[in-house]
Order: sequence, then structure tokens, then C-alpha cells
Amino acid sequence: MKELLSGNEAIARGAWEAGLHFAAAYPGTPSTEIMENLSRYKEVFCEWSTNEKVALEVALGATFAGARAIVSQKHVGLNVAADPFFSASYIGVTGGFVIVTADDPGMHSSQNEQDNRHYARAARMPLMEPSDSQEAKEFTRMAYDISEKFDTPILMRMTTRTSHSKSLVELGERKEVPIVPYQKDTLKRLLLPGHARKRHVFVEKRMEDLAEFSNTFPGNFIHWGDREIGYIASGISYQYAREAFPEASFLKISFSYPLPEKLIREFAAGVKKIVVIEENDPIMETEIKAMLCGQAEVHGKDLIPRQGELNPNILRESMGLSSKSVAPQTSLPPRPPALCAGCPHTSVFYTLHQLKAIVTGDIGCYTLGAMAPLSSIDTTVDMGASISNAHGMDITFRLLGGERKKVVGVIGDSTFFHSGITSLIDMVYNRGMSTVVILDNRITAMTGHQQNPGTGLTIKGDPTVQVDIEALVKACGVKDVHVVDPYDLKNLKKVISEAMDREEPSVVITKRPCVLLFKKSKWTSCKVDRDLCIGCKICVQLGCPAISFKEKKSSIDPMLCTACGLCADLCPKKAISLSQEGGRAIREAWDFETKSMKKEEA
Amino acid sequence: MKTIIICGVGGQGIILASDILSDVLMEAGFDVKKSEVHGMSQRGGDVITTIRYGEKIYSPIVGEDSADLILAFEKLEALRTLKYLRKDGTMLINDYRWDPIPVATGTMEYPEEEILPKIREKTKHIQTVDALAKAKELGNIKVVNLYLLGLLAKELGLEKSLWAAMISRRVPPKAKEVNLKAFDQGYGEVRS
Ligand SMILES: Cc1ncc(C[n+]2csc(CCOP(=O)(O)OP(=O)(O)O)c2C)c(N)n1
Repeated sequence: MKELLSGNEAIARGAWEAGLHFAAAYPGTPSTEIMENLSRYKEVFCEWSTNEKVALEVALGATFAGARAIVSQKHVGLNVAADPFFSASYIGVTGGFVIVTADDPGMHSSQNEQDNRHYARAARMPLMEPSDSQEAKEFTRMAYDISEKFDTPILMRMTTRTSHSKSLVELGERKEVPIVPYQKDTLKRLLLPGHARKRHVFVEKRMEDLAEFSNTFPGNFIHWGDREIGYIASGISYQYAREAFPEASFLKISFSYPLPEKLIREFAAGVKKIVVIEENDPIMETEIKAMLCGQAEVHGKDLIPRQGELNPNILRESMGLSSKSVAPQTSLPPRPPALCAGCPHTSVFYTLHQLKAIVTGDIGCYTLGAMAPLSSIDTTVDMGASISNAHGMDITFRLLGGERKKVVGVIGDSTFFHSGITSLIDMVYNRGMSTVVILDNRITAMTGHQQNPGTGLTIKGDPTVQVDIEALVKACGVKDVHVVDPYDLKNLKKVISEAMDREEPSVVITKRPCVLLFKKSKWTSCKVDRDLCIGCKICVQLGCPAISFKEKKSSIDPMLCTACGLCADLCPKKAISLSQEGGRAIREAWDFETKSMKKEEA
Repeated sequence: MKTIIICGVGGQGIILASDILSDVLMEAGFDVKKSEVHGMSQRGGDVITTIRYGEKIYSPIVGEDSADLILAFEKLEALRTLKYLRKDGTMLINDYRWDPIPVATGTMEYPEEEILPKIREKTKHIQTVDALAKAKELGNIKVVNLYLLGLLAKELGLEKSLWAAMISRRVPPKAKEVNLKAFDQGYGEVRS
């Protein structure tokens, strides 16, 4: 039976067909749906781990105990997991182990465009690159046998396009594989230098065997066509190139580390020149050039762009087959994402803007507090950096002396669990004095509402312990801790500004669930009385997508408004009213504890 | 081989419409690839999905001047996506304006008067409808997307019964009837 699956659904399906027992991940676009789909299979234990390093270690533990396991993450997630990733290569596997990295050429939703194929080379781990959903499913299924045969984890590299595009997949059945009985094996799993030296010898031998295997892997093949130019491509680039050059010869590479040297030599001998097509870095190109060492004409990044995504048009233009279209350039108003109407983060950024605070940001929906008109974030680096950046800046400002500049770090609940806790401890331990605002919206919102250690539910919806952020922060040694309602603007401003003035580290926890967890049908909306509105634009400064400024007055779109009432509180002329029956709908509609308890009863 | 692009603003029901479209194309026996960029679309950003079908499809996306048909759920997005339309391709536009933040806050102008003339420079196959008004007539503003899908469906000339079957599979049972009605009305819309 054929089904239309996204690459991420296909990975989940392939792993399940291979008899997968264990899955761990931390969400991150474009990888998130792999885990979300796996969680629907009752045969597989699934967890949202607190971060990618933890996920990889947990899954590695499962392989020690004999399970077939998978971890998935976005490209930058593998940076977080890099430490155990390198060790996992030396240790190898007992139950098969697939590590998925979902890279983001074009940076649709990431802070950089790093090419994680480098990781395979750095850690001496084999690499597979599916180019569509059928391959994603098949390669993942096959990867488990390869992993166990060669005693190695496999790095599976997806990109935004392979993860998020759908194509037809022939479904298979699940093959049950028994969990291998545990046997202590310290030479393999206890990486003391003495053991690791032996394992390194093994790893190098394994690479030689895998290089041989790469020549025979069915996803590595030659398609002979016109012999003037031969294209070598992997991943989605292969699909773009096949479409751009339908008559040409191709060497399609799917098992791309170690490279299939015999196939490459055969291909080079059969074409006049070679063009290597790959998104981002010239990784295959560099190796192929070194391999053929002047015996063939090899091109790559001299023709093909290194930045951004490719597509068939770009490839044709790169090869001089079509000229770049000169579409008339008009500067249209951009449609940047914005904090939702009623978002509990909004008031925090409005307040920080008013207080003219220096704000170190972090990664989550709240990064949107950087956008105009809120414009209240100075820096965003990586997950967890808000607190550590704030601490470094604060100490430096104090070294400078003079009037005290106070730095505020803002961080979401999921990000705090991910990597904020260690930074907070660092700041407290090293006599920092920054203020940290933890934006606790009771969910991991940015990546599509995943549960996290603060929500009281597991990925499968089972009730579990709810980590108490306030108690945790206090246990880290912070004495000045406040839990506030972000919809109470007056109090919020008072608490944050007092915290900023104190000569000690402080934490303000703003606690309100993400507005998207409510059903819009329950909401009412705010309304502007045009006679009272003086067009002062104070409400517009909230950056609320429901508020617009038309014909010199504010107006509110009832379709988008959630009646949070922030604008009504700010209006100096009381021109904004909450509709009668509903009142401050969003403020009253939710009790998180009740919801999790209901789930428990059901 | 044909390429369709559906564009608009996150939250307008574009993904559902494009899912139904791909289901129908698959049932009709085509090779299908569909690409969408999620991520921050839920936060009011622009959304583009590309659906390609034919005997054998390689790339899930296209570059400029390549799409045969664009269905725009919002007018400004029609103009933004115009560069992907091939010369004389078909442009179906929902006559709906959703101000992006720079317009809402008064820092930029909505290019209301530019939209149609610019599109006309590239094609004369343009149809504009007010889907929200039609949905309101049907008593459910959420069926805008199915109305627009109906409009698109008529352009493709596939077996009509396939559509009803695939729609029924994707929409919640409670809302099935009104969704089918909206689709039928879009399908029956007379070309202006
Ligand atoms: C190392 C790393 N892992 C994952 C991501 C993807 N990611 C971006 S924001 C985010 C979650 C943010 O959740 P939270 O901190 O609760 O903030 P919210 O979006 O709910 O406001 C994730 C997982 C990332 N950018 N970097």
C-alpha cells in the first residue's frame, strides 16, 4: 500500500518497521515530527528528553541494554549532543542505533546553516542522506541492520525539504526484533584511555569495511545519460539536479560517508567532467577532488552557491542553461511572525522596553520580542545563553564601574529545563547580579506545543511529576524569587524594576499558559470606541496582531482578539472596552492543574 | 507535470486544503510531491505550499516563473508569490486583506492598488472571489479554505467524486456537511 508521507513520518515508519524499541528526542524544527509520529506506535517507548545531549545518552543506554533505538534533533541540537555523539562512535552498538540530524539550508527556522555532514567525518560515523520519503523510510529500516552488522551508530541526515515535503511511500510490515540480553562489556562501553585506544583501532578498521560496503549499497548507483557532464549529488540536491538536467549522467550517492570510491572512479572514467551538487558546504567535492587528484575535471562550489537552499532553477542558472529571471523588485511589506494576540509574553517585552533594560534573549516564541514595535531584545545566541550572556555582561559592566547597568535575561520554560539551569547556578555561584525572567507558558510553544518537565504530562499523555520551577530556582541559591501574572501589567513592571535595582541575583517567573492552548470559540474580543480614541498609538506599541491603526485611530480585529485586555489597561482614554459577557476571557479560562488532573481521571 | 502553489497567512487553513489536494492527486494515480515550510507559520507569518504532480516528479519545489497555478488566500501574498507564476499561468485570489504588522502599526502601506495591475502584467488568467462572504452565507467562517479549494478543483478537471471522498476523510465528521457545501459552491463559481 502506498501513502503520502512527509520525510519525518517516513523516518518514524522505517524505524518502526525495523522493530524499534526506544526513542528519545528534544524538539526542534525541522525534526520534531519524527518523535511526534513515533509516539503513536504503542510498541515504542518514547520520551521528550530535557535536551539533545540527554536524549542521546538515554538512547545510548537503551542500546547498551540491547534495544534498537533512535534519537532525532535539529542540526544545532547535535552541537548540544556532540560530546556523547563522539563517544558513541567508539562504543558502537548492541541494539542498532540511528541518530537523525535535520539540517536547515536556507534557515527557514534556525540561527545558522551549519552542515552536519561534517559531524560524520569528525566522529568517524557512517552517514546516509535520503532524497525523498521512500528513501527516508527504506534507509532508516536498513540502517538498523547496517548498524548492528558493522557495530556503529548511523547518522541519518535530513534537511528541511526532505523532512517537510511529502511523497509516496510503499509501506511495509513491522519485523519484531528481540532485545539483546545484557552482557557487561567494559572494553567496549567504559571509555578509559586504555580501552578507547583499542576502540579507535577498531573504528578505523570499521571505516575500511564501510568504505567497501558503500560501493555495494543499492542507494549508491550510476544512471548513464549524456556523457558530457556527469553530476554527483546526494540528498535533496539529487532530486533538483535530475529535474534540472534530465538528459545527463548521474552518480546518486545516498550512503555518503564513507564515499563509494569504486563507483566514483567508474563514473569519472565515463564522463568528460564532473559537477558535484550539494547544498551548503563542498564536502563531497573536496573529498572527490582529493580522491581523483587531477585525473578528472571536477567542479562544485565554483558554480553552485554555497549559501541557502538550491532548486532546479538555481542549478540551471549555475550551469548557464538559463538566465536569472529579472522579476520586477518591489519592496512589499514583510509578514514577519509575531507574538500571537493575547500571548502572555507580550507584556514582559512591553515592560522591558519601557524600563529600557539591556536584554539578553534566548530561543523560543519569545525571541519575537525582538521584533518592532516591542524591539526589546539585545542578543540571541543559542538555547540557554540568555542567563550566561547576562552574567558575563553584568560582570563586565561592574568592572567598568560608573552608573550600574542592569542586564535582564529572558528564557522560556522549556529552554530553562534544556540548558538554563546550569547557567543560573553559574551566575549564582559566581556572584552575578542579573535578573532572569522565566517566561513560563506551561508548554514548549515554538516548536508546536510539546510537553516538557513542567507540564505534568509525558509525550504519550501520561501524567507525571511536574517540576516546580520556583522551588528549583530557590534550590539553586536565588533568594529573590517572584511568581507573577504577566497580564497584570502594573505589578509586572513594579516587580521587574525592583528586581533590577537589587544588588543580588533575582528571578521573576511569569506564569500563564500559551494562548493557543485555548479554543478561540470561547473567546470574546475587545472593541475600540472610535469617538474616545485619540490616536495616541500606545496600544499599537504592544505589537498585537489584532490591533491595527486605520484612519488615525486604533481598531481591533475581533477574529484575532482574545480579550486579554492589555490594550484596555494601557489606553489613557479608556477607549477600549471588553465585551460584556466574556470579560477578560483568556485570563479566566484556564487552570492548568485542573486540566492535567482531568487527564489523569480519564 | 503540473505545479500548484497555495499561499496565504498562517492560520488560514492552507495546510488542510493542500493535504486534501495531494490526497486527490494521489488517488487519481499521479506521482505527487508536496512541500511546505512550517516553523513559525502559526505566528501569523506567510505560508507557501507547493504541490507538484505528473507521471514522475523529482523536485518537491520550483524556482521562479515555474508554477502553473497559484491560489492565494490573501491578496498581498498573491503579489509576494507572483514571481513563482509562469507567464500566463492562472492566479486565483481570495479578495481578503490581512494587514501584516508593519502595515498595522502604520510604518508601511498595504499596496492595495498595486496588486491586480502587477499580476495582470504577468497573466490575464485571474479570478478574484470573496470567500469570506461566501463562508459567512454558509454560516461558518472556517470553511473559507474549502470554498477556495473548490475554486481550484474546477481548474484541474479531475473526477469530481474523488474530492468529496478525500474531503470527508480529512475534515471532522461534525463539520463534513458544511465543508462539502463550501467546496461545491467554490467549484460552481462562475468565472468572472
Ligand atoms: C539546541 C536547540 N534545540 C532545539 C531548538 C528548537 N527550539 C527553538 S525554540 C524551542 C522551544 C522553546 O520553548 P520555550 O522555551 O518553552 O519557549 P516558548 O516557545 O514556549 O515561548 C525549541 C525546542 C533550538 N533552537 N536549539
